Amino acid sequence: MASNKIDRKKRTVLSVLATALMILVAVFAMVPFAFMFMSSLKPGTEMMRYGLTLRFDPGISSFDNYTALNTYRDGVYWHWYKSSAIIMIMQTGIGLFFGSLVGYGLAMYQFKGRNLIFTLVLVVMMLPFEILLLPMYQMMIRIKMMNTYFGVVIPYLVPPFMIFFFRQYCLGIPRELMEAGRIDGCSDYGIFWRIMVPILIPAFGAMTILSCMNSWNNLLWPMIILQSETKHTIPIGMGTTITPYGNAYDVLMPGAVMAVVPIVVIYLFAQKTFITGLTAGSVKG
Amino acid sequence: MQNRSAGKTVKRRGIRSLSDPKVVPYVFVAPFIVFFLFVYMYPLIMTVIMSFQQIDGPNHHQFIGLKNYQKLNTRDFQMALQTSGRYALWDVIVLTIVPLLIACILHSGLAKGSGFFKSLFFIPSLTSIIVAGIVFRLAFGTLETATMNRLMTAMGFQPVKWLSYAGPGNFVLILLTLWRWNGVNIVYYLSGLQSIPTDYYEAAQIDGASALQKFFHVTLPCIRPVLIYVITITVLGGFSMFTESVALWQQNNAGGVGRTIVGYMYMVGFKKNNLGLASAVGLTLLVLVVAVNLVQLVLMGFFRKEE
Repeated sequence: MASNKIDRKKRTVLSVLATALMILVAVFAMVPFAFMFMSSLKPGTEMMRYGLTLRFDPGISSFDNYTALNTYRDGVYWHWYKSSAIIMIMQTGIGLFFGSLVGYGLAMYQFKGRNLIFTLVLVVMMLPFEILLLPMYQMMIRIKMMNTYFGVVIPYLVPPFMIFFFRQYCLGIPRELMEAGRIDGCSDYGIFWRIMVPILIPAFGAMTILSCMNSWNNLLWPMIILQSETKHTIPIGMGTTITPYGNAYDVLMPGAVMAVVPIVVIYLFAQKTFITGLTAGSVKG
Repeated sequence: MQNRSAGKTVKRRGIRSLSDPKVVPYVFVAPFIVFFLFVYMYPLIMTVIMSFQQIDGPNHHQFIGLKNYQKLNTRDFQMALQTSGRYALWDVIVLTIVPLLIACILHSGLAKGSGFFKSLFFIPSLTSIIVAGIVFRLAFGTLETATMNRLMTAMGFQPVKWLSYAGPGNFVLILLTLWRWNGVNIVYYLSGLQSIPTDYYEAAQIDGASALQKFFHVTLPCIRPVLIYVITITVLGGFSMFTESVALWQQNNAGGVGRTIVGYMYMVGFKKNNLGLASAVGLTLLVLVVAVNLVQLVLMGFFRKEE
């Protein structure tokens, strides 16, 4: 009994410590967003003078900077936004389609060369994609894909990490479902579309968020492909607002906030599917 | 694959043969095979060939032997190697350990509101590094009025020119990386922790194991596959880092502070149009990543047969 009491006391202390630590990590995760938002409300000159601060000053704070996004360089910010969105939707849609197809095929069928193909997927996942940029760049020039959105998407059409994830996820699906589908007269492709895709929804949710993240954040390859200013994506465009001759803070901060908002909203809606989907299809070695 | 191409000439037989049980799996994996050949195999071979060439314009390729590799012996490239190497080392140390500890605390249920924290910690991963990097760049600005330097003076230290030197610059890079990737690695670890059967811990409890002993003798061995996965992708990400460095320094960083191997490759290949030399840089990166990962995988016992 006595040791039990001590244990309980110890547990309470540990619990308080753990919670405090988690709050600390949460503050670390959130502080940059607070800086971003507070600064986006202030005139750029204020930033030059005092740097980033969390101080709220009702006299000078307003949403004027946000409306300034519409007029900055003839509203180029919204062109960047559109580019980023188009690329994100294309890359995610196509990637999910092919990634699930291949991952499912690798998990559910026995065939010659299966292990070789899966090994190739693993090898490709461990290659730094950056080293393939130069020949890819020459290839894009030759097939006239420079300065097009599709050119940006090409290296991500069949994402190896998605294949890997969908394979892991499919391994947990009972094969009997396939047999049942066959008995009902479904073709193999019908089984995939009508039976498996609905089961794979958590996996699709997790991969949608990961793919949107990758695409929204991608810098190097889009920077090589997209040359005209109106086709730039947000990361490329935001980079151009910082120059050695001075930074356009008035645009930088509200632009940063607006770039964060949509993806966080998607996440908040899908986060339950996301976390369960991601953990269910875990890396099982 | 053979059946497929045959199917194209005779259309009716083609349709039938696409649903042939022997062909079906290959139809499923065909996208990857095509993708692999065009997006990985071909460019990889081309990179190797180009690294031995002098390239002036699309149709002027000339073999020059090992000259591109000899040209790598410059101060700029050595600095890029050092920057990436230093970053990769700290990246692996910090981003395997910190998220693991946080994931263990979240999994233990000791902290109140673990579910809320799980969702919250992931949010930084959703942002663009360039966008978030702007905040870090300004907070760690050179001026004495920059946020971090004010904090330093308030605590009685000298202000630091954070981004002007390799050491402090690397610190800010790692901080930015930790902020941005922490949540992703936590999710990976949580998935591993959830797959450990609870009776393992109960058995350890009965044997009188302390919390630390449980961590080292139950938790760590059980999540070894996840650990290996996280370390492998962190090594890869560490050596091929580019975006974080652009976020803090742009591309015109004075004296090459913060320029990584990929940054150097980008500068040589796309700004100075020396595709041959850039390919040699790329292959050096490849060899580096593969070598470090092989050593790491052997040390972690990845190739060891399961007992």
